Amino acid sequence: MSLSAVGAPSAIGSDLRRFWNLTWVLAMTTWKLRFYGSVLGYFWSLARPFMLFGVIYLVFVEFANLGAGVPHFAVYILMALVLFQYFGEITTGCLGSLAAREGLLRKVQFPRLVIPLSVALTALFNLGMTLVAVLVFALASKVYPTWSWLQLPVIIAILTLWAVGLGMLLSALYIRFRDIQPIWDVAVQALFYASPVLYVGTLVPASFQHPYHANPLAALFAQMRHAMLDPDSPTAWEAIGGAERLLIPAAIVLFSFAIGWVVFKHDAPRIAENL
Amino acid sequence: MLEGGAPAGGLAESPADGATATRAARGASLILDDVHKAFRLPHQRVHTLKERVLHPLRGRDYDDLRAVDGVSVEIAQGEFFGVVGRNGSGKSTLLKCIAGIYPIDSGQIHVNGRLSPFIELGVGFNPELSARDNVAINAVMLGLSRRQARERFDEVIAFAELEEFIDLPLKNYSSGMSVRLAFAVAIQVDAEILVVDEVLAVGDAAFQQKCFQQFHRMKDEGRTIVFVTHDMGSVERFCDRAMLIERGVVQMIDEPHRVGRAYNELNFGGLIHNRPDADRWGDQAVAEIVDCWFEDAAGNRTTAIAQGNRVSICTEVRFHQPIAHPILAMSVRNEVRHTVFATSSLFHDEQTGVYEAGDRVVARITFDWWLAPSLYQATPSVAQRGAGAAALDVREDLADLAVHATRVSGGVADLPHTLELARS
Repeated sequence: MSLSAVGAPSAIGSDLRRFWNLTWVLAMTTWKLRFYGSVLGYFWSLARPFMLFGVIYLVFVEFANLGAGVPHFAVYILMALVLFQYFGEITTGCLGSLAAREGLLRKVQFPRLVIPLSVALTALFNLGMTLVAVLVFALASKVYPTWSWLQLPVIIAILTLWAVGLGMLLSALYIRFRDIQPIWDVAVQALFYASPVLYVGTLVPASFQHPYHANPLAALFAQMRHAMLDPDSPTAWEAIGGAERLLIPAAIVLFSFAIGWVVFKHDAPRIAENL
Repeated sequence: MLEGGAPAGGLAESPADGATATRAARGASLILDDVHKAFRLPHQRVHTLKERVLHPLRGRDYDDLRAVDGVSVEIAQGEFFGVVGRNGSGKSTLLKCIAGIYPIDSGQIHVNGRLSPFIELGVGFNPELSARDNVAINAVMLGLSRRQARERFDEVIAFAELEEFIDLPLKNYSSGMSVRLAFAVAIQVDAEILVVDEVLAVGDAAFQQKCFQQFHRMKDEGRTIVFVTHDMGSVERFCDRAMLIERGVVQMIDEPHRVGRAYNELNFGGLIHNRPDADRWGDQAVAEIVDCWFEDAAGNRTTAIAQGNRVSICTEVRFHQPIAHPILAMSVRNEVRHTVFATSSLFHDEQTGVYEAGDRVVARITFDWWLAPSLYQATPSVAQRGAGAAALDVREDLADLAVHATRVSGGVADLPHTLELARS
């Protein structure tokens, strides 16, 4: 054995197995706690998207008739809602996650990225469980699986990439500035209306069509609609007006991730003392 | 070890020779070399983006709190090393630096072998979850894989003697039970060097006995343990050596019983260093007071003693010009600035000697300390003989001594006395 220097905590660390073990255990614990001691736990977790869906459906489909001529509009709203909530759960969950885990951060040497990633993993578990219920609803609405549904994991992966990138950034910033929380709440709210959740992207006036789909969520949901619900609806590249223009939302996603990573990596060694 | 021109009198680093030999033979497992760690304390904290935008310059001023200030120590493989100090002395920060939780500002920390990643038992315990789940979480936190955690679960539960309560949520455990569980997981850790805060205060007497056996087993396996504690009993019982830290500076590294005693003195009296910037008179052209300190009965420098012990106040003077029979004097003030004791060479032998330039002399005044428990400050002076006894050098409050006692009588002096009751 030889002498080795003791360093500060880093974002990922040198032992990937430990990194994964920790992320998994933290995610499982949070997830378990959500359902712990209640048989209805699963149904309660479904209540949020489905209740919201019920209200939205009533108002926007029945009253405002926004879904006229949109095939499977109800399933679309539900899918978009579930995906948006997944995005929101990761970003807002990551935001306060480091502060919430202060005890661990100050008492244990472990790679700091474990904490925001475990939040994302918990959200992914939840998404998986919710999607089961969404599938049941889709089948009941006579939407049947096709091969193009295989695009969904890719869509979720890109969504996750963006959410985790923002999550890393937000969790690190929250340690410096506590008012990031209300700021981000407003941002998520704005993004909700700026994304095709309550309506479909094709409803946006033609002159705004292309810039509208620079929003990664708009592009992803357009593709989701095309792949899962309505092959006649435009794909993401048709919606934005050319495949090369997809580089814009792609750049937003990658740039967010890169910024998040750089900031988080820079702050990681001092998270414990700055809390 | 002692830096910044602040010698802590009497608290010298002198580990027993035997221990030194053992350490040399086994090799070091943990080496700290001049480790510094400071925290920035902004004068005005900026918590929000709004404040930052509105007042971009606010909060740029800050003070450095030097929590760990130049700590160097070498800990041998298989050694049990205690770190003691008062609250806020920097010992927990030091522990976090060793464990790699805080990055250090300067200096180096090297380890030989695997270091345990946690500094507290039971981290990540969740009161809502069962013992089974908590063991899994805690074990992974401590560095085991999920599989190892599963495999060792029975062993952990058996050691903690909690077989009947496996599926009970932790919130229904007594504090003793959860501490037992935490300890049982912690000893499963695969690390050669353990760094822990307050590890020994666990469970009932029977369980403590079991823990002690575990410590001895670890020791036999050659594992190194560095732990922080307030319990001097466990320091003396387990440690091979201990370190006393105060304001981020190592005061002593020595045998546990000496460190324990120094720690108690620190708590009673408050350790005060000699102050180099005390008020001073005289031009020091002829004679200069170089140093002043208190010595205990054994002749070691000290800054704290128990009442009733023999104490010497020593003053070292250096002469820059020839002088015959200078006057050396000394006064002692207590906490409320009363001079409670004063003496001078004039009261003794006026013939203090003839000195040449460059000569040095140490005046030593020795007596049994029966003054009341308080903080005392000694003012030494040296003066020219003759009319007016012109002061050559007077240094106010140059040396400090904290005196502690088991009881406080209220008088300024507790003179040795007898009490007789004669019924008439």
